[in-house]
Amino acid sequence: MAHQFPALTSEQKKELAEIAQRIVANGKGILAADESVGTMGNRLQRIKVENTEENRRQFREILFTVDNSINQSIGGVILFHETLYQKDSQGKLFRNILKEKGIVVGIKLDQGGAPLAGTNKETTIQGLDGLSERCAQYKKDGADFGKWRAVLRIDNQCPSNLAIQENANALARYASICQQNGLVPIVEPEVIPDGDHDLEHCQYVTEKVLAAVYKALNDHHVYLEGTLLKPNMVTAGHACTKKYTPEQVAMATVTALHRTVPAAVPGICFLSGGMSEEDATLNLNAINLCPLPKPWKLSFSYGRALQASALAAWGGKAANKKATQEAFMKRALANCQAAKGQYVHTGSSGATSTQSLFTACYTY
Amino acid sequence: MPHSYPALSAEQKKELSDIALRIVAPGKGILAADESVGSMAKRLSQIGVENTEENRRLYRQVLFSADDRVKKCIGGVIFFHETLYQKDDNGVPFVRTIQDKGIVVGIKVDKGVVPLAGTDGETTTQGLDGLSERCAQYKKDGADFAKWRCVLKISERTPSALAILENANVLARYASICQQNGIVPIVEPEILPDGDHDLKRCQYVTEKVLAAVYKALSDHHVYLEGTLLKPNMVTPGHACPIKYSSEEIAMATVTALRRTVPPAVPGVTFLSGGQSEEEASLNLNAINRCPLPRPWALTFSYGRALQASALNAWKGQQDNAGAATEEFIKRAEVNGLAAQGKYEGSGEDGGAAAQSLYIANHAY
Repeated sequence: MAHQFPALTSEQKKELAEIAQRIVANGKGILAADESVGTMGNRLQRIKVENTEENRRQFREILFTVDNSINQSIGGVILFHETLYQKDSQGKLFRNILKEKGIVVGIKLDQGGAPLAGTNKETTIQGLDGLSERCAQYKKDGADFGKWRAVLRIDNQCPSNLAIQENANALARYASICQQNGLVPIVEPEVIPDGDHDLEHCQYVTEKVLAAVYKALNDHHVYLEGTLLKPNMVTAGHACTKKYTPEQVAMATVTALHRTVPAAVPGICFLSGGMSEEDATLNLNAINLCPLPKPWKLSFSYGRALQASALAAWGGKAANKKATQEAFMKRALANCQAAKGQYVHTGSSGATSTQSLFTACYTY
Repeated sequence: MPHSYPALSAEQKKELSDIALRIVAPGKGILAADESVGSMAKRLSQIGVENTEENRRLYRQVLFSADDRVKKCIGGVIFFHETLYQKDDNGVPFVRTIQDKGIVVGIKVDKGVVPLAGTDGETTTQGLDGLSERCAQYKKDGADFAKWRCVLKISERTPSALAILENANVLARYASICQQNGIVPIVEPEILPDGDHDLKRCQYVTEKVLAAVYKALSDHHVYLEGTLLKPNMVTPGHACPIKYSSEEIAMATVTALRRTVPPAVPGVTFLSGGQSEEEASLNLNAINRCPLPRPWALTFSYGRALQASALNAWKGQQDNAGAATEEFIKRAEVNGLAAQGKYEGSGEDGGAAAQSLYIANHAY
């Protein structure tokens, strides 16, 4: 082995580590508001709102202009490219509004899936071309972290070795490039819940995937202390007939993580992957109460599970702004408590929060 | 990926995990008394004693006749094959003496290093042939854990990718076979201190080696909770002109482990690799005072660093046996304290003054 050629200076490492720690400090988590135009279309269609740039802007404005106390539960917000450059109705840039609240701004960097020929409909993720230049620009424009979602699925012969290796490698290249440009990479290897497999099978697959991810990150000289992980919780497939408790989900999840994720990783922010708002909170809480060693912060990076009630309350009408913000704030606080293992389930949380948000074969 | 084919039943996992936890219970470490006949030759010639089977038996008797004081600081003893079947002067098998003290018996199972053709003097380790049958027999004969040592070295072009991959793979095969036979595998990927490389270089290499080891263990379906790791501490090469403090060694060591060793591994039992007795204790102590979060037990598996004084006190004379045993007990107790960060050193003030010598981890 040749001498090492340090990828990052001490100052670069320090900056990355501090950003990562700030995002997950004190039970804070991430609002994933980076839905692409197409995905926002799906959301807005459900509440019968037209998918225009203005409507997207209005909804995001309502979320981002909530009371400053949101910064107790939200440490970071992931934005889509369009949103990074949008402004509120007074002409103030969203990213500055968030920064002034002390929230770290992140940016979705991947450019969607591409098929892997010769596999059972598996994919890898595009977006590496020109990524360094894009990162440099985003950093100038106020982003301090990036996000890249790789997708694996459980099915006959899936995930294949190729899919695992290829997605792990792409994630590691993305992470390396981000760090070169001062952005903390959120590494997201999502094993989607489609299928009828049981909890044990999901755990097995998640362990194999995460082992490959961390080997790839090591091979690519990625500085783990300046990254975050955004994995799926370990759950049964959506069509599995057996039901599991939050404690079972928690045990399977933390077991998988503690067999694969080095302690140097400062935080693990779960994706909600179609779980209802309430389930996402209950599961996160159970995870934080799990008696296994947990040397990383265990928090959230939720999209649907933070916004479903808010979207329903909004319905596209400016008059519903207050109700929308309250709905959002409530989920944010609940998840912050769950990230500390302190969430108390209050029983009737409203129809929307328990409604399953599962969409088959989910893509952003 | 096909469904998992569980390598171990729940009962087998529990047995392995319980054994591992007993060995590294708080304040306890391992006495590595598994020197081969050839290694014992070197030790005995240094004190002018002939390398006969009887002398080796008498010497091990000096160690194993230690009184109950060792119960609180020795969790396991590694035996060489010959010793596993030897008895003390009263006809009591050594295995029984050790077990009666509540100490777990282990056995060296590798068969030494062999060259890797086409490399710069690198090696792999043999011993896989018939290993399952040997493990089954050792288990019957009282062993509950095993040890296998792989060796890597740092030079201009080493360790090579082949050496890392091959040694990681052979360690994983050994570990898998052990577990099938109810034996906890201690995984030892030693990077020799030979050379003039600095601390950073050793850290870099150690991280690469350990990442490969844990990927191989994952690939081979090894149950991490039922294993122990026996790595080198991260130190400069013997011929390196720069001197480093215990705190710097501790920081580099713990950083490397945090980046590569999953929290599921219950304990890391360092080899002493030629450090003096006092150095090995001071470094272990500094490691246990390191301010970085450490989710595994960090303790010792020392050969020379536990036995050097005892060997010198004995000099092959039975009249010296009692004094020699005392020397061993003394080092055992010191290292038991060091494994908890409670060793005050032989004279130096340690404590608060030493804390400030830990350099922030982002520099590593």
